[in-house]
Amino acid sequence: MSVWLIPAIILVVLVTATIKRVPAYEVFVEGSKEGIQLAVNLLPFLLGMMVSIAIFQASGAMDAVLTVFKPLMAAFGVPEQILPLALIRPISGTAALSMTTELIRTFGPDSLIGQMASVMQGSTDTTLYIITVYFGAVGIRRMGDALKVGLLADLVGLIAAVTVVIILFG
Amino acid sequence: MVNLIWVVLAVAGILYAGFNGTMEEVNKAIFEAVDESVMIALSLLGVLVFWLGLMKIAEEAGLLKGLARLFQPIVKRIFPDIPENDPALGYILSNMTANVFGLGNAATPMGLKAMKELKRLSGHSEASRSMITFLAINTSSLTIVPATVIAIRMKYDSSDPTSIIGATIIATIISTIAALLIDRLFYYRRQRLGRLL
Repeated sequence: MSVWLIPAIILVVLVTATIKRVPAYEVFVEGSKEGIQLAVNLLPFLLGMMVSIAIFQASGAMDAVLTVFKPLMAAFGVPEQILPLALIRPISGTAALSMTTELIRTFGPDSLIGQMASVMQGSTDTTLYIITVYFGAVGIRRMGDALKVGLLADLVGLIAAVTVVIILFG
Repeated sequence: MVNLIWVVLAVAGILYAGFNGTMEEVNKAIFEAVDESVMIALSLLGVLVFWLGLMKIAEEAGLLKGLARLFQPIVKRIFPDIPENDPALGYILSNMTANVFGLGNAATPMGLKAMKELKRLSGHSEASRSMITFLAINTSSLTIVPATVIAIRMKYDSSDPTSIIGATIIATIISTIAALLIDRLFYYRRQRLGRLL
């Protein structure tokens, strides 16, 4: 089914355009040009943020921060192995994905930890990346409440992921 | 706030590395991150050019307007500041649809284009109310079928790789509703403090 999805979208768009007498190819090229500008604009924002996160991670500081939080999570009855993923999920998509893979490999995909990691990975997104890229590409300098709203929603999402898994599989 | 986060991550990392002898790793990581960000921007360049071209045709052919009209009752409540029938709505809805179906490489281009349309509406270099709402929805994720996770579960011989779909949908719905509520609360707070655009 999924291999049909994108070709089907292209088909619908092109057929409708032809019926409505839209010069499809010319319009395609015209719209595409905007994409170049957006991609170029977002690079500095993306690069800056990724370097900073990489420094924090590679130095070992991130692991140190995680160790501090572990007892807190254990107090709520959440397996402590899941905590690093919960904290990394909003910050770095690649780090979160490799952590999810590692948890699934170590504890098994059908274990409680494996299920929690799976649901966490799927039900929230990389807030810092999205904010950096979306605001960066169109040149928004002041983000207002966006980061606060995004991170608070992540917190709710992560708690929801853990709770739902405990209720359904625990 | 982003300035602070950015500086603190880098400075704390460098100081920590200084005390713990991990400076070599830090050096390596800096330039790996530089390379990786260029790779990401490059691969985004491709999908951006492709999807923005295709979506422009969809816009001119009236498909985006149709999509916007279809969801008008819901979208009007979530984005009260966007005028009816504005192309921004069409792009926002395309982004959400792409997210729901797990078309990651289509979702980002449409999201960026939506942001651009929202900037056209506000004309400021400061985030508008609609932009914050739109980001809140995106960061909370809308995925129904988490394809990447299912692939990983299959790779490690799960007895039921898709068993987490139900739980993921419930968690996604909760986090998206929470994002919209939190966003609204912050909007009321800004209103109270008189800090509105």
